[in-house]
Amino acid sequence: MDSLFDFLLLIFTDYTLRTVTLGAMILGLVSGLLGSFAVLRKQSLLGDAMSHAALPGVVIAFILTGSKAPLVLMLGALAAGWLGALLVQLVVDQTRIPQDSVLGIVLAVFFGVGLVLLTWVQRQGSANQSGLDTFLFGRAAALVMRDVWAMAGVGGAGLLLVGLFWKEFKLLSFDPDFAATLGFPVGLLNVLLTTLIVVAVVVGLQTVGVVLMSAMIVAPAAGARQWTDRLDRMVLLAALFGALAGMSGALISSLSRGLPTGPMVVLCASLLVGISLLFAPNRGLVGAWLRQQRNHRQLRRSAVLEALYGLALSHGDATHAHQLGAVRAAIPGVDVRRTLAALESDGLARGHGGDLWGLTPAGAEEAQRELHRFERHGLDELPTRPSSYPFSAEIDPAEVVK
Amino acid sequence: MKKQANGSLPIHIEDLTVAYREEPVLWDVDLDVPDGTLMAIVGPNGAGKSTLIKTILDLIQPAAGQVRIYDRPYSEQRSLVAYLPQRGSVDWDFPTNGLDVVMMGRYGHLGWLKRPGPTERRLALEALTKVGMQEYAARQISQLSGGQQQRVFLARALVQDAQIYLMDEPFQGVDATTEKAIITVLRELRAAGRTVVVVHHNLETVPEYFDHVLLLNVRVIAVGPVAEIFTPANLRRAYGGHVEFLLAKAEEPNPLPVQERTNGQSV
Amino acid sequence: MSPQLEIQLVASIVAAACALPGVFLILRRMAMMSDAISHSILLGIAVGFFLVGHTGHPLLIALAAASGILTVSLVEMLINTRRVREDAAIGLVFPVLFSIGVILISRFAGDVHLDVDAVLLGELAFAPFNRMTVLGLHLPQGVWVMGSILFVNLLFIALFYKELKLATFDPALAAALGFSPVLLHYGLMSVVSITAVGAFDHVGSILVVALMIAPPASAYLLTHSLPRMLGLSLLFGVAAAIGGYWLARFLDANIAGAMASMTGVFFLLTLLLAPEQGLLARSRQRRRRRRRFAVEMLLVHLSRHENEPEAGTENSLAHLVEELKWQPNFAQAAVYNAQAEAFVQRQNGLLLLTEQGRQTAQRVLAR
Repeated sequence: MDSLFDFLLLIFTDYTLRTVTLGAMILGLVSGLLGSFAVLRKQSLLGDAMSHAALPGVVIAFILTGSKAPLVLMLGALAAGWLGALLVQLVVDQTRIPQDSVLGIVLAVFFGVGLVLLTWVQRQGSANQSGLDTFLFGRAAALVMRDVWAMAGVGGAGLLLVGLFWKEFKLLSFDPDFAATLGFPVGLLNVLLTTLIVVAVVVGLQTVGVVLMSAMIVAPAAGARQWTDRLDRMVLLAALFGALAGMSGALISSLSRGLPTGPMVVLCASLLVGISLLFAPNRGLVGAWLRQQRNHRQLRRSAVLEALYGLALSHGDATHAHQLGAVRAAIPGVDVRRTLAALESDGLARGHGGDLWGLTPAGAEEAQRELHRFERHGLDELPTRPSSYPFSAEIDPAEVVK
Repeated sequence: MKKQANGSLPIHIEDLTVAYREEPVLWDVDLDVPDGTLMAIVGPNGAGKSTLIKTILDLIQPAAGQVRIYDRPYSEQRSLVAYLPQRGSVDWDFPTNGLDVVMMGRYGHLGWLKRPGPTERRLALEALTKVGMQEYAARQISQLSGGQQQRVFLARALVQDAQIYLMDEPFQGVDATTEKAIITVLRELRAAGRTVVVVHHNLETVPEYFDHVLLLNVRVIAVGPVAEIFTPANLRRAYGGHVEFLLAKAEEPNPLPVQERTNGQSV
Repeated sequence: MSPQLEIQLVASIVAAACALPGVFLILRRMAMMSDAISHSILLGIAVGFFLVGHTGHPLLIALAAASGILTVSLVEMLINTRRVREDAAIGLVFPVLFSIGVILISRFAGDVHLDVDAVLLGELAFAPFNRMTVLGLHLPQGVWVMGSILFVNLLFIALFYKELKLATFDPALAAALGFSPVLLHYGLMSVVSITAVGAFDHVGSILVVALMIAPPASAYLLTHSLPRMLGLSLLFGVAAAIGGYWLARFLDANIAGAMASMTGVFFLLTLLLAPEQGLLARSRQRRRRRRRFAVEMLLVHLSRHENEPEAGTENSLAHLVEELKWQPNFAQAAVYNAQAEAFVQRQNGLLLLTEQGRQTAQRVLAR
């Protein structure tokens, strides 16, 4: 490739590259969108379990039909995944075994059964059974347009259902008991939504394989959540992230040998999550850290101003200077000197030489204002956040009292 | 669409028995809720108060007995009943804001597949205004305080425009402002001829807030107008005989707060 | 020893080594961590492979264990940001590590020996062919390696039994008493990692999950005692190993897959047949309780209306059906049972309480 332009042109002219990129984009889009619901309903690992549970379905579908058409195999995977999900629900409801354990059992046992069937089929020696495993381990490079059409069809059906039942799924995910009182059949809707998650898994299996499917369900949604507080935007953003990850993963992996597509797509998706976690506007960790630093600075300044003011009051003159040591004694644990220097550059304090510091008239006014701040705003407007809220350690009063 | 035919009661319960793993949680409950009243349901922990509400709403199947809403089964009268559940059960980090939550209250009226539109938006904003939360419409719900969240959920119940309101401990864990806002709304509902039934945890405020009261401890201990029924004797029967409740507003200038003691632990 | 026996021996040791930490994993609700760790160790193995050039080196075990710890740390870190839930955190971390491992291998090792499929699947059938001589005994390498790991696991659990028990059931108390639950947590995860590494060569990562989760879960349905749970898990694990071997022979299929299937079979059997917690037992208990409850309700209802003028109508079967909203069959069964226990008599189409019946009703009301 001589230039970026030539490379991009390749997407349209090279069959394999085009197919793989398209397939990966569809995978990303579908799993991102449907995965949002899984993540919100605390079913993130269901994707992992279902992707493993799909194996026996694929093999049985082959055994029954002799066909390796992607649609047939997908339906087999869907049936097995669906059965697995049902079993998980049953065992969790009827016994004291915790949900994660049941997921693990279904995951591993179904996969084991599938393996037995697979090796049994292979020993039977029928000529076409090779390539069944590529369905599961994700050889994206082996994708052909037929596969992509199947993915688009099945995935599209899933997306259509989400579009139709949008408000029902939203309600179900947020408050199922309330949904029941409004007359919605919660059990049925649950089954439908879980089925859609299995659909997402099945669509992606060929591209990224069993192990990595869990990331494609979780990552786009987890990333998208950091950017918005609205469900519709989150879901669309997740679809976008997924498609983006799919496309970049496919393109990067085509650049050289030894960069398998599946892992590359996952790494791209994970990178998007990392960026979102760090830099998203409200929830981003970097922003939160900066805000926290700013808060601490504010609090330090207020403390020092009020300390100086308090000390000065006993002399009847708000600008009366005091020894650094005295100020330090008043507010232990604060880096007083640095704060005083900052206050001085803002014209609120003045060094009188020899470690004597006092307020300026402007500083005195500011100190007075600080002291009355809480009374003015009133305690009612400072919310106490429930402990489940992510940011309970980072209350920024200025933001809250908007 | 008020089906209020010749004196039929909002809620009529007969011989209601509910079991959890075949241990009785409600036993042989008979209850008639009068029209246009504010009724409290009180009783110790495990008395079956929430269960009663949930059974009326068909969320729990009874082992015996029946519930009638204006003479018809609940399933036919859903649109006449609104539910405000206990606050604990929701995922607060869910991406949704106050307005969104309240609009969900209209989903029942919309039925399958239809999307909420400008009408639903308007109704939701009106409900939010009624509870004083209109400024928080766009706020993500986890950024609200406990009392604010409760008010949003109350708005969600209000927007259903029901005839009967069933509420499970709406005053639990809220600040004074919110408590005042809620009781104001409830009184307005009563003034508009609606029926409000509330599972209530604070015995002290029963006489002030409610017209009728049901004392429940698996069985009906007593039910009727507060003035008649809310007596120390009945309370003792309901709470197992360890209640020190000085009802004596008439006898003492400074009535002491209620102390419920069951088996030495404060409830 | 014949190769057959050796394979079964290795398989049993693998199963036993997995079952022990698995008990604590399911009790601490961390079952899926076994899945995460058993996949992410690929990274450690890949790095180790590049450093020493072959797969038999103990360095690989150390590095793989390290990547297991890395997984756990990253998951904890993600959870502590409070932007991501526990289950989502797990589902995010291990695919990244696994992907890096796969890419490293593909890029630099081509199709050598370290086939991704092999990581997932393992191949027990080759166990007899890799031999090692220790202390004069010429046995499959698997026996020595997994045997040592089994020994380490036993040691870990024996040494820290009471700390593990406390930290699992009451972490707050454990912390208050000075046992660091965090250290124990990482200790347990190290054990899980090492076990996963040792086992992956034989059964592949996914089946490590089967052996770590299913036998303890079956045991969990049979007992409430921790020592018994450990013992039963070992039993189920070994049974699955041996049963799986013979199943694989019969079907000429993958041994590890057969072993996993057997763990599933045992789990299913326990699920159905366990004496107290099994599905059949529960359904039986439910029916029994429902019968008793119906009789009690009948008695109370009769006693309530006993001496009233409407006793005539209230106490008939037909009225029961209407008044209590019972199905006719249900009502009849209740009456029948009450009669069988001599609580009730039928006279002229009416139901009358016997003295015993009345007393029972009083007792029920007094509850």
